[in-house]
Amino acid sequence: MILRSAQLFCFAALVSLLAACDKTPSDQAAASADQVVRIGSVAPLTGPQAHLGKDNENGTRMAIEDANAKGIVIGGRRVHFELISEDDQADPKTATIVAQKLVDNKVSGVIGHLNSGTTIPASKIYSDNGIVQISPSATAVSYTRQGFKTAFRVMANDAQQGRALGEYAVKNLGAKKIAIIDDRTAYGQGLADEFIKAARAAGAEIVAHEYTSDKSVDFTSVLTAVKGRAPDLLFYGGMDAQGGPMARQIKALALNVKLMMGDGGYTPEFVKLAGAAAEGTYASLPGVPLDKMPGGQEFSARFVAKYQPIQLYAPYCYDAVNVMIAAMQKADSVEPAKYMPALANISHQGVTANIQFDDKGDLKGGAVTLYQVKQGKWQPLETVGAGQ
Amino acid sequence: MEIFLQQIINGLVQGSVYALVALGYTMVYGILGLINFAHGEVVMAGAMLALSALTAMIGWGAPPLLALPVSLLFAMAGCMLLGFGIERIAYRPLRHAPRLAPLITAIGVSIVLQNLAMMIWGREYHAFPQLISNHPHQIYGAIINDIQIIIVIMALLIMAALMGVVHRTRLGRSMRAVAENQHAAQLMGVDVNRVISITFMLGSALAAVAGLMVSANYGIAHYYMGFLLGLKAFTAAVLGGIGNLRGAMLGGLLLGLIESLGAGYIGDMTGGFMGSQYQDVFAFFVLIAVLVFRPSGLLGERLAERA
Repeated sequence: MILRSAQLFCFAALVSLLAACDKTPSDQAAASADQVVRIGSVAPLTGPQAHLGKDNENGTRMAIEDANAKGIVIGGRRVHFELISEDDQADPKTATIVAQKLVDNKVSGVIGHLNSGTTIPASKIYSDNGIVQISPSATAVSYTRQGFKTAFRVMANDAQQGRALGEYAVKNLGAKKIAIIDDRTAYGQGLADEFIKAARAAGAEIVAHEYTSDKSVDFTSVLTAVKGRAPDLLFYGGMDAQGGPMARQIKALALNVKLMMGDGGYTPEFVKLAGAAAEGTYASLPGVPLDKMPGGQEFSARFVAKYQPIQLYAPYCYDAVNVMIAAMQKADSVEPAKYMPALANISHQGVTANIQFDDKGDLKGGAVTLYQVKQGKWQPLETVGAGQ
Repeated sequence: MEIFLQQIINGLVQGSVYALVALGYTMVYGILGLINFAHGEVVMAGAMLALSALTAMIGWGAPPLLALPVSLLFAMAGCMLLGFGIERIAYRPLRHAPRLAPLITAIGVSIVLQNLAMMIWGREYHAFPQLISNHPHQIYGAIINDIQIIIVIMALLIMAALMGVVHRTRLGRSMRAVAENQHAAQLMGVDVNRVISITFMLGSALAAVAGLMVSANYGIAHYYMGFLLGLKAFTAAVLGGIGNLRGAMLGGLLLGLIESLGAGYIGDMTGGFMGSQYQDVFAFFVLIAVLVFRPSGLLGERLAERA
């Protein structure tokens, strides 16, 4: 009985996952438009990273509403953009299913996915079907190294970010013995590996490398194992939902280390979850601080008025949509095959930066900014790399 | 040595929570032969209700030491109502249906509750206010804080109380009677429906306590938190022998210790070949091993005749 129940449970869980993805596209087509162009948005809208996923969806939605308000004309016909939002649950398997669904829905382009672990497997499906994909937030290096012409991103990659973090940890913070924890996702692991390379090159010793998952809340046993190696800095490759409780548990175990994270930690959510333990934590975010972005303050004010405070990647999603539409206008076509060359050569002044892509589809000259929590708020420390 | 002791403490704290949740699974299974997969979601609801009550009371200026027990009671009451409702709506109409049917409604209820919670409390993580000091105490170099001490002591007290109820009271006697044979119990004048409802409510009240403990300990509450916790607690119940109360407690504590020591030492033992990424795997490895080698669990002798 138990055995059968457990099997059934797994099966039913799978069915429910599939059912959860089966949402009908939002029916926003205005009657007045002559031509409907569908743009897909994929992010985890349920599960532990739902707060970030909703933020992405809202950033994308705002850009699409703005574009519709402008009454853009492409190929001599007025265009109405339609958002098709899908939930990949931050799960690589689900990501490929919803990617196929977007392809079947004949989208002209996709903004997503949020996580590197979902972006990479989905990118093959978009590439096979010739659909342009711009990830607002996938930072794993390998995403743009698969030889797919359809893959773009509007954020610096982990090689740039990991290097900035690793060098800062050793040179500016004087870390000598560093412990690593990563969440075994393509993002967390990739960033941790780049961090390790840079930290070793700068002369630090990696004394421990432990692992957790992107669903855990209890880190006491790995932190205890780390404590046995007496590091002076702990780098966590993962997201805020784990980083927050981890910061608390570090304090609770009286583990005396500096905590450092990548862009996954740079959220208001992290500070809220970690409480007093957030103080002094370091994190990085590709790009320049929001208030130093070309259109950052204006964007932030409008976004907050419409939805809720920005979690993390909303401005990047907004830019991803706009750069896609700019390429469509330049090529005077909404066919992915026709506007893709225009996108590859575009120079678009976005909210986050002036967006230009290199031959791999990576953002040219991506800057990385380091932040620290001071008095309960993320404060920029310094920006490295060529920013705009 | 202090690291080893610390891992034992980590395991005990985690294990006490597993044990409390496992009791809810095991009580229902013992009486109905049904695995209530919505139980993890009841834990989540307990945490969320407690959080809402706490936030409201602190907003009104209530002192923390009053707000905490009141919100615990509120969450327990809310979860008891929820447990009662779940049984009434999803399980009772199917009591004489094939076993597959209530299992599927259980999963359905779990999904409904998760989505309801997402609609009510939102997708974001909620920080749980720190009301009890997490002042660390040193024990031979290992560290335990006030919340963790309270968790372990409360879990033990509640388990003892539950054993008392089941073995010493009239209600407990009717519970055991219903577990043994529903029809016979009914003929002897036991109100079976009432006993089953009370069992669900008791299990849900324990879940509420566990939910509050988890959130207070990790400082976090989220609509998704019940899922993995529920699975682990289910594993603990199976490990101890599902349907057996002592088994659930033993299974919970053991599972906590296995996870904590496993994650802490596997890297050293295998020379870095396997690492702490296998922390969650231990629980399910234990589940498989138990199912293969001792399907009735460590203490679950009775199960053989039920299955």
